[in-house]
Amino acid sequence: MKTCLVVDDSKVIRKVARHILETLDFEVAEAGDGRDALTHCEATPPDVVLLDWNMPVMSGMEFLKALSATDLPKRPKVVFCTTENGIGHIKAAIEAGADEYVMKPFDRDTIASKLQIVGLA
Amino acid sequence: MTIDKTALRHLAGLLEQRTGQQIGPNRLWRVETVLKSLMRERGIANLDALVAAIGAAHDMTLATDVVEALLNNETFFFRDAQAFELVRNGALEALRQARASSRRISIWCAGCSTGQEAYSLAMIFADARAKWDGWSIDITATDVSEAAIAKARGGYYSQFEIQRGLPVSSMLKWFDQVGHDWRVKRDLARYLRFRRHNVLMAQTGSFDLILCRNVLLYFSPERRREAFDRLAASLAPDGYLMLGAGETVIGQTEAFASSPELRGLYRKTAALRVKAA
Repeated sequence: MKTCLVVDDSKVIRKVARHILETLDFEVAEAGDGRDALTHCEATPPDVVLLDWNMPVMSGMEFLKALSATDLPKRPKVVFCTTENGIGHIKAAIEAGADEYVMKPFDRDTIASKLQIVGLA
Repeated sequence: MTIDKTALRHLAGLLEQRTGQQIGPNRLWRVETVLKSLMRERGIANLDALVAAIGAAHDMTLATDVVEALLNNETFFFRDAQAFELVRNGALEALRQARASSRRISIWCAGCSTGQEAYSLAMIFADARAKWDGWSIDITATDVSEAAIAKARGGYYSQFEIQRGLPVSSMLKWFDQVGHDWRVKRDLARYLRFRRHNVLMAQTGSFDLILCRNVLLYFSPERRREAFDRLAASLAPDGYLMLGAGETVIGQTEAFASSPELRGLYRKTAALRVKAA
């Protein structure tokens, strides 16, 4: 079973994402900020990270930079997931190492298609 | 709330009369949902009153607007990725060899809805520009819905629409951000011509590849057979037809049969017979 780490400081978003991902046959773990997410990735690297932009403690961008600096044998795919759709915002996320980008709110088809694009469906 | 079945049947009949499309019993529930905003805008209280207003014909646009609202325009970019792989690596590679001398490929996207499928096709060519350099690529995209064609032609998509199926790299490459929406770039739009057309009507031209996905499932068996005949008349003898993931020609028509070399695509039966002889 493929694994996904949902990183978002909103419990509601995590719950919605978990529900969608479980219907797509993913095993789901959750983290409330970038630091928790990094700890999780170092201990049990998931196949993909669904990553929020604005979070306390460590933001999505900071997490991406920290993830790139780790020596994980296989870097998880990262789908950036935000409420911002400015082109500068999107380009910054891709340049920082995100594999895909999705804007909230999202639905099951959108998440499924993004997972397929990063080779996980 | 109980919905009057007579009104539902009347509205379903109107849709079938105008477009050939049916609303199956399991989808009748959506009639009131999709007509809700139209009824609210026009101050119509319920479906019975809507049917009466259409019958009174004081407003000639009402029936057209109802039909437009009842059409299912669900679509997204690269819907069913395997199908697009089959187009890219199967049909187009075969046509590239078959049309090596004319260097001309003509594609019909029948039932293109709001254009995402047609633009996805165009991206296959635009992303491999060097490979198709010197080729004339023409994609005709049609739909029975005037509103859907207008949107497709305009090439504007909301963030929600554009991120459904489209890789972010393609979004940045082929679309410009305009406010909160995204507009297709001219370099991509140049491959396409959008036109209102019902697949049950005769089509002009001969096409090398026809995509008619998730369209014929809304027709009765008789209308579906008619549509297959129309598609066959518009397909080149060595051309390919692609249907939706859950659709087939088996038991529906004698005009097409499965392509022996490219599973998932269909060829004209007559052409296969000639090849076998």
